[in-house]
Amino acid sequence: MVEYIYKKLDKITFGVLDPKFIRKMSAAKIVTPEVYDKEGYPVDGGLMDVRLGVIDPGLKCKTCTGRLKECMGHFGYIELARPVVHIKYLKPILIFLNATCGKCNRILVSKEKIESLKEKKKLTKKKIFADAKSAKECPHCKAKQDVIKLEKPTSFVQNEIRLGPIEIRSRLEKIPDDDAKLLGFNPNYARPEWLILEVLPIAPVTIRPSITLESGERSEDDLTHKLGDIVRINQRLFENINAGAPEIIVEDLWDLLQYHVTTYFDNGIAQIPPARHRSGQALKTITERIKNKEGRFRHNLSGKRVNFSARTVISPDPKIKFNEVGIPRVIAEELTVPEKVTEWNIEWLKDFIKKGPESYPGANYVILLDGKKKKITDDTKEQLIETLQIGCIVERHLMDGDVAIFNRQPSLHRMSIMCHKVKVIPGRSFRLHPGVANPYNADFDGDEMNLHIPQTVEARSEADILMQVKSQIITPKNGLNVVGCADDAITGNYLLTKEMKLSRNEAIDILYNVGVRDFKKIKNQEVDGKEVFSSILPDDFDFVSKTKSGESVIIKKGNLQEGFIDKVTIGEENGTLIRSLYAQYGDDQGLDLLNKIFKLGVEVLLRKGFTMSISDTDIPKDVQSKNDSLIKTTYEKIEDHVEKYKKGKLQTLPGKSVEETLESMILKLLNNLRDKIGENVFDSVVSSENSTVLMARSGAKGNLLNLSQMSACVGQQALGGGRVKNGYKSRTLPVFEKDDLSPISKGFVARGYKNGLKPVEYFFHAMTGRDSLMDTALRTPKSGYLYRRLANALQDLKIEYDHTVRDANKKIVQFKYGDDGVDVSKSEGGIINIKRIVEEVKTHG
Amino acid sequence: MVNIFDSYNGLLPDNLIEESRELCKSNRLNPKDTRKVLKKVKEEYDRSLIDPGESIGIITAESIGEPGTQMVLRTFHFAGVAEVSVTLGLPRLIELFDARKTPSTPVLDVYLKKEYSKDERKVREVAASIKGTKLSEVTEEFIVNLNKLRVEAILDQKKMKDFKVISSNLLKAFEKGLKGAEVKLSKNKKFLIIKSSKKEFEMKDFFQIKEKAKDVIVKGIKGVDQVLPVKRDNEYVIMCSGSNLKEVLNVKGVDVTRSKTNDIFVIADVLGIEAARNVIINEATDIIKEQGLDIDKRHIMFLADVMTNSGEIKGITRGGITGQKESVLARASFETPIVHIVNASLIGEEDKLNSVVENVMVNQAVPIGTGLPGLTVKIDEKKEIKKK
Repeated sequence: MVEYIYKKLDKITFGVLDPKFIRKMSAAKIVTPEVYDKEGYPVDGGLMDVRLGVIDPGLKCKTCTGRLKECMGHFGYIELARPVVHIKYLKPILIFLNATCGKCNRILVSKEKIESLKEKKKLTKKKIFADAKSAKECPHCKAKQDVIKLEKPTSFVQNEIRLGPIEIRSRLEKIPDDDAKLLGFNPNYARPEWLILEVLPIAPVTIRPSITLESGERSEDDLTHKLGDIVRINQRLFENINAGAPEIIVEDLWDLLQYHVTTYFDNGIAQIPPARHRSGQALKTITERIKNKEGRFRHNLSGKRVNFSARTVISPDPKIKFNEVGIPRVIAEELTVPEKVTEWNIEWLKDFIKKGPESYPGANYVILLDGKKKKITDDTKEQLIETLQIGCIVERHLMDGDVAIFNRQPSLHRMSIMCHKVKVIPGRSFRLHPGVANPYNADFDGDEMNLHIPQTVEARSEADILMQVKSQIITPKNGLNVVGCADDAITGNYLLTKEMKLSRNEAIDILYNVGVRDFKKIKNQEVDGKEVFSSILPDDFDFVSKTKSGESVIIKKGNLQEGFIDKVTIGEENGTLIRSLYAQYGDDQGLDLLNKIFKLGVEVLLRKGFTMSISDTDIPKDVQSKNDSLIKTTYEKIEDHVEKYKKGKLQTLPGKSVEETLESMILKLLNNLRDKIGENVFDSVVSSENSTVLMARSGAKGNLLNLSQMSACVGQQALGGGRVKNGYKSRTLPVFEKDDLSPISKGFVARGYKNGLKPVEYFFHAMTGRDSLMDTALRTPKSGYLYRRLANALQDLKIEYDHTVRDANKKIVQFKYGDDGVDVSKSEGGIINIKRIVEEVKTHG
Repeated sequence: MVNIFDSYNGLLPDNLIEESRELCKSNRLNPKDTRKVLKKVKEEYDRSLIDPGESIGIITAESIGEPGTQMVLRTFHFAGVAEVSVTLGLPRLIELFDARKTPSTPVLDVYLKKEYSKDERKVREVAASIKGTKLSEVTEEFIVNLNKLRVEAILDQKKMKDFKVISSNLLKAFEKGLKGAEVKLSKNKKFLIIKSSKKEFEMKDFFQIKEKAKDVIVKGIKGVDQVLPVKRDNEYVIMCSGSNLKEVLNVKGVDVTRSKTNDIFVIADVLGIEAARNVIINEATDIIKEQGLDIDKRHIMFLADVMTNSGEIKGITRGGITGQKESVLARASFETPIVHIVNASLIGEEDKLNSVVENVMVNQAVPIGTGLPGLTVKIDEKKEIKKK
């Protein structure tokens, strides 16, 4: 039952096929271009010969008696009437021809020269070829040498006389093995004459299956079409030669054969018109199958398709845990876990079979001892339960607590694919805790994610131990946490710890819902928010940090004594509190604490109610007028500068032209203006408790600049590092006067979003918007390619048992990783925090 | 006190020992606590050590590739004040990792020795001597004098003074700089006479000579087009565009130990491969910092090591590291698969299947991470079943 791996592939050797070998390995000789006879049965010696493998279900292979998918297919061959050159081996053929004597076929380098090169250790194939090519006469037989040129696409020419493949082949045949070796070839795997095709292997039908269309018609694969052409021309060539046709006709057919064989290998060669379908679409032949992203290598070999996976839309669910994933029941009934029957679980598993595939939790299949897979249905249920014995495998439905691998593309880093515990829920979408959306870079505007269920014990334990969310919290990029509180969770905790007062009942209600059962830190009837927060923390936890605005946060013995909680302490990327909890209490408890902190924030906000409104962006009248006058004075100052510039009295800055000086001065003034307006707005809202300001201050979302852009002034629209440049003659838009240098005409937006932009302002704003869209669209493929190259270059470098970093050939790259051997994802922001250790020793002794 | 720290020599990296020494000293810890601190540091260090088998290459690629998607494409950034602009952001990062032979904006940072770096006048002197001044920069105009069959370059005396070009030096420059022409100074020293050394010549030869003469470097160093003294941390630094480090280092007053360029091949040539490695690290770190991103230095160091460990700079390209891999299939799966397979077939190349992709291709465990340990357990299956 259990599959052990006894054999391991050790190596793969590449080589050129020997014509003798092609004949030997073939199951059939192909002689006729006809494919099917009148009854629609494959013709013997045709391209779909039954000896070449099976592609229809139910049939057996004539060669190996295997059925569909059991038989891998078998090669056939055709004997070419005249040899042709292989398009991919033109270069080596040319090397052989030019490096060997046309008469005696020895290499054009003398023995003495080779010996002397050997002594100097300069015996390289490049050197040998260069010497041989430049030789005017053969050192062995003294024959004069003429250069052979490759006349594209497939002819070789010497002294303007064409060398046919027969001539070339006979020359290549006579090249001694040792001379081929000197040119860097291995004659054991690639005898020179094998590079000329006299026998063409016919690929098995399994790699070029025909498809039956709805109309019942058969449609053949592109390769079959091409091979049909080759066989047809080959037969005609045979017939003509045998009939003693004139040389011109034979030559023409021969060239045609060469063309077909060439396009069979590669249909994308520049000098050759590509072979096409009747519809005019170019055929996809061998090279096109291998090449590129959709080719065999990148599409089928490096990336594979899997079973036991699911994909659907994700939605947020702050009530599940960080390391859980909500899976809809319909999916849980489809995805299964193989469970091996033992004497201890046989009764338990029988219950699943009893329930069958329709009711949950049931089972879908039973794999019997002989390896046969039986579907569980109402009819087979009883019998399967009876025959169930130790060693069988039951494929039961997914249940709570099972291991699942969850992934969102693009999988840019290892946190893009993590292990979650299954939680079966109603509905049709995956549920994801909003706190882990960040490592996946997911949002819930329609994102879809993939789920995989590991099927072996090894895979399950590996996922469980190495890939769980708890072990991925610290990113190896820089040692900071990627999982933390976001949005509402931060606002909630901020409000709670800042100055919230609750009744004892409220506090206990919240804490109970968070999952706290120990209320000893809630002592009075009136409860401070800090006490509620402290209830979550372990009693022996000490912590010192700073808030976003620089106030100190002090936690002593599990009590928040001073300061409040915000983005800097519990946020993503820089949550100092989260990292300390992790360092001190480990993965499991750390994640649990983070879970509670997150939930606390959400629960607090749930009870308080939190909303943002347009009135958040209201600013007092006096501030408004203050801003207006600010704008006015700045405009005047700019006017002065422009005046000076026009009179030519502007003092230039070092290294800049007059125009540049003016531009930079104006830009400076305008940026100052926006900042000052911003400050005015901040001052007016700083005391108010409006939600927008709260979110900005706690770091949950947005910043105060966003607020001032909404309420007062959007500011200068920058394009290419400066003000908007002229697109028309001497002006940015035709609504302006020529040579207008005023702020408005160069993209300064003096109003806020709420007041509404003027048409011109709106236009400039749209310009910068378009610019940033372009930037994103152009950048993505560039960075994607850089990433692909990096991954390909570095993928097989690893840490060895001796702690050196080596590549696949055991070549040392670093003696100790990063000079100190520290794993960034196990460090604190990339360092060992000695300061913290000293503090700890000082306080605890 | 000293002995406690020394006993950890070899057990902890030097920088950690040094840091603990300083922190213990500044916190005035007694020997007992110091011992405790060191013990804890050692524990923490051992816990943080990277596991054997860790696929550090992929982790590095991820750590650099993922932030790459967040970088801005914006190319130019004006370093300092002036026209010396530098390519930054993603394009520069790509250029650096590609190991292109010349960067799109080569820049030299010329640091000066102490005697020079504080005095603005001396700094300007050095700057002027570095700048590669072209003839066209010190002339008022070029005249093609058909009467006398010669080109006349009328010298701008004021600019000559500004750039400190002496007329005798001009002739010297032309000895090497302009082939196929004879150059003389006019009697009144107001213009240069340039004559073709060819016996027969056409009209277009004059113009060719004229154009060539314009670009002749009459003073300073070839390839250094712009110089700009900038005040940086209490001293003057001369920022130049160009990368002719070799000759700049020979200029009097230049601090050889600190002057640098962003052209890694020039650095490798002049200062050696280790220096080139450092430049790759510094350049990459600067680009990433400028974009407001944070990547641990180990990743960049690692990448620089991979690029330089063979003794020459190899890029992350199909011609560089990936193209020089031993495995045929690993190379083929990256780019140009046909070429690799065809060439492999000619030399009977073997793929030993000892890196990652090949094993993925043949459905075998990859020799990395948990696929690394080779552990076999003998289970006599038949016996066990019989027992039951």
